[in-house]
Amino acid sequence: MIELLKEPWPWYVSGPIIGISVPILLLIGNKMLGISSSLRHVCSAVAPFNIQFLKYNWKAEIWNLFFVGGILIGGFIGGVLLNNGEPVAISESTVKDIKAMGIQSFEGLVPSDLFSWKNILSLKGFLVMVVGGFLIGFGSRYAGGCTSGHAIMGLSSLQLASLVAVIFFFIGGLLMTHFIAPLIYQL
Amino acid sequence: MKNIKFMLVGIVFGTVLTKTEAVSWFRIQEMFRFQSFHMYGIIGSAVVVGIISVWLIKKLKLKSINGEEISIPDKQFNKGQIFGGTLFGMGWALSGACPGPMYGLVGAGYLPVLIVIASALLGTWVYSYFKPKLPH
Repeated sequence: MIELLKEPWPWYVSGPIIGISVPILLLIGNKMLGISSSLRHVCSAVAPFNIQFLKYNWKAEIWNLFFVGGILIGGFIGGVLLNNGEPVAISESTVKDIKAMGIQSFEGLVPSDLFSWKNILSLKGFLVMVVGGFLIGFGSRYAGGCTSGHAIMGLSSLQLASLVAVIFFFIGGLLMTHFIAPLIYQL
Repeated sequence: MKNIKFMLVGIVFGTVLTKTEAVSWFRIQEMFRFQSFHMYGIIGSAVVVGIISVWLIKKLKLKSINGEEISIPDKQFNKGQIFGGTLFGMGWALSGACPGPMYGLVGAGYLPVLIVIASALLGTWVYSYFKPKLPH
């Protein structure tokens, strides 16, 4: 059983479990799935200053911080306890394209060529980790949600605004992947 | 503790995201290059299950376990979904992670991803600061 769980989980197992979290959160607490909100709550708790958008009772939303704390623990279970030590089974053509951008490490879930402490001092590492992270935080709040809040929760409840957001997530992602990121990864 | 149940849902969510490799930079590269169905299968089947369950909750007028009416407020459309959405997508593709996977990766031991989380917090704060001046 454990050996089976250590294999990568196929989409038709993981997707439905991710989807079922939408009604579960609604039923156990009338909560809407959304992960990027946790970043706003932390900002509100730590550095609200006099910013209108950060002046609200974040403590009323503390369930969300427990939820993302759970994701962190889940990352340990899935990424450490159930780790099978195999590289991510991406397609041959992706491997080829990634190699062509100068990435050499295919160990683990993210390439160590890009993600390491010392890389923060290089332009490439700074762009990937710091600028990338900044765009994730800035963009998700500007859009009013991220992959979970818009793509999963928003589409599940047939919100037009979320469909627009998801379309633009993909436009931004495609622009980056095909035109900008290859230049950055090759720095 | 009434919040522990949310943590339990998060644990399952995080385990699934990690074991299905949705947290992986490699999978995001593959998705934006249309070289595998994997990520589309995950998002697509999650949305199908979500649509059916939200429909059922509304149809059967189910209440939450506290007896509350379940309310799903409409998300209002504004230009943020266009500008912010594009910027978010660029960050998602560049770092290969969105907010859920960032947390999952740290739990899985990829500690340099803490830099990505710290930067995302900064991005959120800067957005909050400039929100009144940005087109919405």
